[in-house]
This record gives sequence, C-alpha cells and structure tokens, in this order.
Amino acid sequence: MSEAFLAILKRDLALAARAGGGGELALVFFLTLVVLVPFALGPDLNLLSRIGPAILWLGALLATLIGLDRLFQGDEEDGSLDLIRASALPLELAVLAKGLAHWLTTGLPLALAAPLLGLLVALPAEAMLPVAGTLLVGTPALSFIGATGAALTAGLKRGGLILPILVAPLTVPVLIFGVSASNSALGGTVPFLTPFLILCALSLATLVIGTIAAAAALRQAD
Amino acid sequence: MASLIELANPTRFMRLSSRLLPWFVGAAALLLAVGFYLAFFVAPADYQQGETIRIMFVHVPAAWLALMFYSMMAVSALGTLVWRHPLADVAQKAAAPIGACFALICLITGALWGKPMWGTYWVWDARLTSVLVLFLIYLGIMALWRTLDDPSRAGRAVAILTLVGFVNVPIIKFSVDWWNTLHQPASVFRAGGPTIHPAMLWPLLILAVGFTLLALALHLVAMRAEIMRRRVRTLTIFEAERLDRLAAEVAI
Repeated sequence: MSEAFLAILKRDLALAARAGGGGELALVFFLTLVVLVPFALGPDLNLLSRIGPAILWLGALLATLIGLDRLFQGDEEDGSLDLIRASALPLELAVLAKGLAHWLTTGLPLALAAPLLGLLVALPAEAMLPVAGTLLVGTPALSFIGATGAALTAGLKRGGLILPILVAPLTVPVLIFGVSASNSALGGTVPFLTPFLILCALSLATLVIGTIAAAAALRQAD
Repeated sequence: MASLIELANPTRFMRLSSRLLPWFVGAAALLLAVGFYLAFFVAPADYQQGETIRIMFVHVPAAWLALMFYSMMAVSALGTLVWRHPLADVAQKAAAPIGACFALICLITGALWGKPMWGTYWVWDARLTSVLVLFLIYLGIMALWRTLDDPSRAGRAVAILTLVGFVNVPIIKFSVDWWNTLHQPASVFRAGGPTIHPAMLWPLLILAVGFTLLALALHLVAMRAEIMRRRVRTLTIFEAERLDRLAAEVAI
C-alpha cells in the first residue's frame, strides 16, 4: 500500500520536474505579484515594510490557487485517475500523495523564496524567518483546501475561474492567522506563538478534511 | 427506467406541497402585515437611534434566515450523500439563491443602517465580515450548480462543497473575531447594547416568523419549479431517443 502511495508521489514529482508548468510557474507568478504591488502603492519603503507580510501572504495564496485546477485534470483526461480509483490504495491516500506532491512543488518553494522576495518589500531582517515559517506551515492548508476544489471541478471543461471562487472564501482563516503571526513577529501585543500554533492546527485539520472531501468528490465524479 | 422510479416520490411531494403552499403564503402574508404594522406604527422610536431602529425589523430576520438556510442546505447535503434521498438535492438547489438573497438583504439593510449610525456604509467589523464571507460561499455554491450539467452529479458535488463550507463557517467566524479584535480594539459596535424593550421585541418576533414562513413558501415554489424542470429534461431526453429510434427504423 505504501508502495502505491510512494509511486504516485514520485510520479507527480517527476511530472512537475520534467513536464513543467507547475511549481516554477507559481514561483514566477509570486515574484510578478510582489513586484507589481509597489507600482500600485508607490515606492514608500516604510509603508511597504509595514504591509510586507500581507503582500507576501496574498502573493503566496494567489500563486497557489492559480495552478490548482490542473491538480486532477491531467489525470482525469489521460485516464490515470480511473486507474488510481481502481487500485487497492484507498482514494484518500492517493489524494494525500497528490496533495503532498503539490505542496512540495508549490508551497515549499514559495515559502523558501519568501525571504528573498521580502527584500523587495523592505521586510525587516527579524521578520524574514517568521514570515517564511508561517508560509511553511500555512501553505499545506492552502494545498489541501485547494485539492477539494480541484477534485470538485476535475471533470469540468469550462472550469477556469470557478476553482478560485469556491476555494478563496475557505482560505480566510489561513490568511488571517498567517498574516497575524507574521505581524506579531514585527512587534505588537500578541506573542508570535499563539497565532502560529493556531495556523499549524488549521493546516493539520485541513489535511484531514481536505483529503476526505477531495476523495469523496472524486468518487462522486465517477 | 431509473428516472421514472425516481419520479414516484417527487409526485407525492408535488401533491403535498400544492396543498400546503396556500397556507404558508396566507400565514406569511398575515404575519408580515401584522408585524410591519406593529413595527412601523406601534413600536416606539429608539431613544438613541431614532427612527432608524426600524431597519432592525428586516435586518435581524434576514440574518437569521441566511444562517438557517445554510444549515438547511447542510442537512440536505447529508440527505444527498448519506441517505440518497431523491429530493435532497432539489431542496438544496432551491435553498441556495434564497439564502444568498437573505444574506444580501442583511448586508444592504446593514449598510443603510450603518450610514446614519456609524457614519459609514461599511465597517470591517467581525459580524459584517462573516456575513459577507457567507454570502461569497453562497455565490460559489450557486456557481458550481451552474457549471455542472448533469443534475444528480452536480447535486453530489455541491453537497460535498456545502458540507466543507459548513465545517468552515464556525472557523471563519472565530478567525474573523480574532482578526477584528486584533486590528480595532475599540470598535464602533457597543457590546451588547440596551436590552430590547417588549414593544420592539414582539414585532421583531412576529416578523421573524412571518419572514421564515415566506422563505419556506419561496423554497417550496423553487423546489416545485426544479422538479418540473427535471421532468421536462427527462421528457426531452426520452423524446430525443424516440425520434432517434424512429429515424433508425426509417433508414432500415
């Protein structure tokens, strides 16, 4: 059983590395978004550093959402989803493997790139690590909330914008606690650990709920 | 033939609902008339808020109903996924626009009330924000209904989305509360407010029941329309198949 799990994980990682169009595009999109913000707000470094964590979090959220519709669509089109459904591996674990691969190729690089992009919005040095840390523990939640939306819209020919519309309202808690943990590292009355631990809890809960819901949605689409 | 068997239960529903509907409409009209009369002519103006307090009589029932219809949709979603009740997804599809409407009414009346009271149409207060997010979830559910063509498949997909949303709504409420208290500790909202006077409470309760009956009547009408729509769809498919067979026979 764990062999099948690892096989799906490896396959998705190899696909992401060789076929392109996944993680690295999300990174470029993230960079573009962060670069666009100062043009809209003006080059005021004080303002930028104050709202820096918010910019990075919004950028990561949008960059994650943008590629999500392909999570199950490719497998649905070439029939490998039917093979996965027919295999002995529970569909929940298959979804977990695919979600994990999505996070490893999208969320993890975004979190690692965040300190670099932080330089662009004049993020203070002491806030770099907390922002990267919140993104590291928060982006799995985005991947797995998104997996539910991707599973619901897997068979759609004219999906497109529907996925972000479904998923975005559900990411409100993650965004709130991600940004508030990052901001508390910049100073404030709330200790860093409180929102950070709630963010971890959200990620863990989403990991379970998202996996089960996505697997249920894939079964219904059959 | 499966669709014919499915029609058996809805037929009973159609008969029952056509008998219930006039009573619902009549009771709703009566209660709304009495409630609005009491609210506009009998209930006193608030000593602080003046005449604008009368917005409350629409605002508060709308907020209740927006939440009630979402809960009803979650129960229908369970009905679709667990019990496979043939009417559950009809009930859920019919409930979504009505719930969204009440959320919108709640937001608009809230904005109109906010302008004279707080001096602004919109405040990023925790309660307002949660209703706004609820409204967005309603819109997402309606969008998913429209993008999936096959009603039974759409019903199951929307049921899953509804349940995921239902789990999320309390989390969103909690996090928005946290977010708001973090950003503006001294809110324009007075916590609690004065306890409500019976002269205002009675019209409010009567109107709440009246609006609920009105919403249920609308829900019944929407469900009947949806059942009719599905029958037309099934009949169209049968007719197309018959014509196909006819054409094939002629060709032979």
